[in-house]
Amino acid sequence: MRALLSGDLPRSRVLALLLALLVLGLAAAPFVFPGTRSLNVAAKVAVFVVLVASYDLLLGYTGIVSFAHTMFFGIGGYGVGIAMARLGPGWGALLAGVSLAFLLSIAIALAIGLLSLRVRAIFFAMITLAVAAFFQILASQLSAFTGGEDGLSFRTPGLLRERLVAYYAVLVVSAALFLGLLRVVNSPFGRVLLAIRENEFRAEAIGYRIVHYRTGANCLAAVGATAAGVLYAVWLRYTGPQTTLSFDIMVDILLMVVIGGMGTLYGAVLGATLFVVAQNYLQDLMKLASGAAHGLPLLPALLHPDRWLLWLGVLFILCVYYFPTGIVGRLRR
Amino acid sequence: MKDRYLPLALVPALAALALPFVGSLPTWVTLTVAGLAMGMMIFMMASGLTLVFGLMDVLNFAHGVFISFGAYGAATVLTRMSGAMQADSLASDLSAMLPAVAAAIALAALLGWFFERVLVRPVYGDHLRQILITMGGLIVFEQMIHVVWGPEIIPLPRPGAITGSFIVGEAAIERYRVAAVVVGAIVFAALWWLLNRTRIGLLVRAGVENREMVESLGYRIRRVFVAVFVAGSGLAGLGGAMWAMYQEQVTPQMGMQVLVLVFIVVIIGGLGSVGGCFVGALLAGLLANYTGYLAPKLALGSNILLMVLVLLWRPRGLYPLGRA
Amino acid sequence: MHKALLSLAGVNTHIGQYHILQGVDFDVPQGSLTMLLGRNGAGKTTCLRTVMGLWRASAGRIVYGDTALEKLDTPAIARLGIAYVPENMGIFAGLTVRENVVLAARGGEPDRGRLDWIFGLFPALKKFWHGAAGNLSGGQKQMLAIARAIVEPRQLLLVDEPTKGLAPAIVANMIEAFRELKRMRTTMLVVEQNFGFARSLGDACAVMDCGRIVHAGPMAALAADHALQTRLLGLSLGAHQ
Repeated sequence: MRALLSGDLPRSRVLALLLALLVLGLAAAPFVFPGTRSLNVAAKVAVFVVLVASYDLLLGYTGIVSFAHTMFFGIGGYGVGIAMARLGPGWGALLAGVSLAFLLSIAIALAIGLLSLRVRAIFFAMITLAVAAFFQILASQLSAFTGGEDGLSFRTPGLLRERLVAYYAVLVVSAALFLGLLRVVNSPFGRVLLAIRENEFRAEAIGYRIVHYRTGANCLAAVGATAAGVLYAVWLRYTGPQTTLSFDIMVDILLMVVIGGMGTLYGAVLGATLFVVAQNYLQDLMKLASGAAHGLPLLPALLHPDRWLLWLGVLFILCVYYFPTGIVGRLRR
Repeated sequence: MKDRYLPLALVPALAALALPFVGSLPTWVTLTVAGLAMGMMIFMMASGLTLVFGLMDVLNFAHGVFISFGAYGAATVLTRMSGAMQADSLASDLSAMLPAVAAAIALAALLGWFFERVLVRPVYGDHLRQILITMGGLIVFEQMIHVVWGPEIIPLPRPGAITGSFIVGEAAIERYRVAAVVVGAIVFAALWWLLNRTRIGLLVRAGVENREMVESLGYRIRRVFVAVFVAGSGLAGLGGAMWAMYQEQVTPQMGMQVLVLVFIVVIIGGLGSVGGCFVGALLAGLLANYTGYLAPKLALGSNILLMVLVLLWRPRGLYPLGRA
Repeated sequence: MHKALLSLAGVNTHIGQYHILQGVDFDVPQGSLTMLLGRNGAGKTTCLRTVMGLWRASAGRIVYGDTALEKLDTPAIARLGIAYVPENMGIFAGLTVRENVVLAARGGEPDRGRLDWIFGLFPALKKFWHGAAGNLSGGQKQMLAIARAIVEPRQLLLVDEPTKGLAPAIVANMIEAFRELKRMRTTMLVVEQNFGFARSLGDACAVMDCGRIVHAGPMAALAADHALQTRLLGLSLGAHQ
């Protein structure tokens, strides 16, 4: 088990228990929670674990805030989508689409990294925002190619058409990717990242080329996001700007990584699970509460199920102030 | 010398460059006025952001919220006073618009004060947490718009006297756009005067360069920070109100939608430079309108391309400040 | 012995995890010029910055007149009548020379007589009065920095390496200006690496090494003792002029 988790144990009974429950839950989902909705939630959890964990690599371990993560997510999704829709649902096309997506992501990540990682954090963040916005515009404007605002619906090759097979494929690959990220983070490379985050000047003085390491982290995170995008597209059999490129998703990722716990990777798991489950089931709860508060000023509006993001936002702010290591940090205390 | 005035020349240069492509002079005039008007509004929205960043090293990702609150504040007042605008006279229109704009500025400034006090002050100096906290503020307050005003699009009554166009030769120039240009120019002139001819402006300009030295000279620059933050938010609210009246509607996402453009303008101008922001905003406004006419598909992305081009020429923006 | 205007006792300063000042004790007598000497990295600049409140002392007392400074913030310390000229001069390059000086005059417009006196010391400032401060030469910037510190009467001047990087002719100009200030009995604490400058102006001296004061006493005594100079500062007299 130690080797599997690359030596990065949960270090908290409660956390280990939660993680075990989650893994079991996801593995047994088709049987324990029958129905398309719950399977969708489970698949989304798996995908977002990878998406958020790769973002944690960037934010929590390297200390970089980037708004371009959804762009890479979208590249993965569109890689699959365009290949499937334009070249037909075959394995060769899938491979081609996925490979091209990875190549594009790495190229862009390299470009962004080398060009702008020398500048201040705030400048970098704004540039990534602009680049992501540009990509979003591109995706919606080149509709002949990308299906525009409506996105692309397609069929997946062979075996993947079976929902069960697709589900377990997504699950297994997600798990592998997460374990891979654990490996990266606990490797010498990961340790240098932490050193850079702690004290940039010192790290540079010792001899590490900061730009190289940051660019490396940027590329790895991009690859992770692209992979998540591929998985999500394969599951949904759909790609579109709303499911991948929207700024709302970027905001969601931030919420997940901070509330779950930055710089822990397990935080991504908890955060993603909490968020996706809340997104789908909390609203029902809030509807009840809102109905109960009927007649009181403001309260029904505050408790309205559509306002679930408000409360998560408040929780997010509290976490940034008081719980910088999020839920995982608290559990490990 | 050349360094300072060359970027300024870009604005007429762009306008001149577009003329042969547009072809017809009257259309060009209309587009240019529209572009300048849009640029002025963006300038109003962006000036606060760049000033706050230059002085306090704080980038408020929630700046869009001030824009939205300003827009919604103006909308609420205008809707309440729509009766006053029925008479088609300038005086009666202004009697509704001025309070609307005042409400917008006041509401946005109040929100700005709250932001500075509660959210931003505890994380001065920590860029990472700043970005995160202001993102959090963005999420929460964008939701609050839904809570207070609901998710629907609220249409704005447009004042009669300002609607319609001047006809100059063959060109139709919308009155409202001219008004926006005038307001924007006044705001810029007022900001310029404040920054360059008053003691507090001196403090701000010095503080932007070297905060520590200003404190060593005996000034409590923190107080100036708050004032600048609140003023910046108020300006954003003003921009939002004008934008709302221009669009004739308010939506909950409008602050966010224009925020990317605001960021681009701030980057182009140079983080912290009000003059740069002005030039950048005018360029962005003009470009958006010219490409909107010439190549609509390109319009949305054109400003991002502009940003890339400017950064290739001057990597830290048109008027970079002393600090790296 | 003059009463001490400023006295430090047991001052420690940490910057991050680095323990820079490790128990600094010395006094700055009123009405005279004290030179703070020492090798690079000894902690001289940190000392001045700690007095000015730019860095917080982690332990110790800093007493100015009757007031304890350790807990005050920088603007409050400046308002007690202490002027600070940092190592990098702190010139606002985007402002004009005039604006730099006006800003330093907290009471509003600077007194005309005082300005004329400053122009007498530093004629270049009058010449470039309306020019951008960023366009001044190194020596002129230093003059501006000092001018800012004296545009209004101040009780204590903290000056960090006023002759760093300056040509010998400008250094001579500086010596003259400081002599003027000494004539007016201004209390000054000056950090210097240039021993010749220190020797010609200092009344008292304090030598720092590794965050502590290793010698304090009259300047004349240190100037006369070559062996001591070599030991404390690694100098032979011919080297620094």
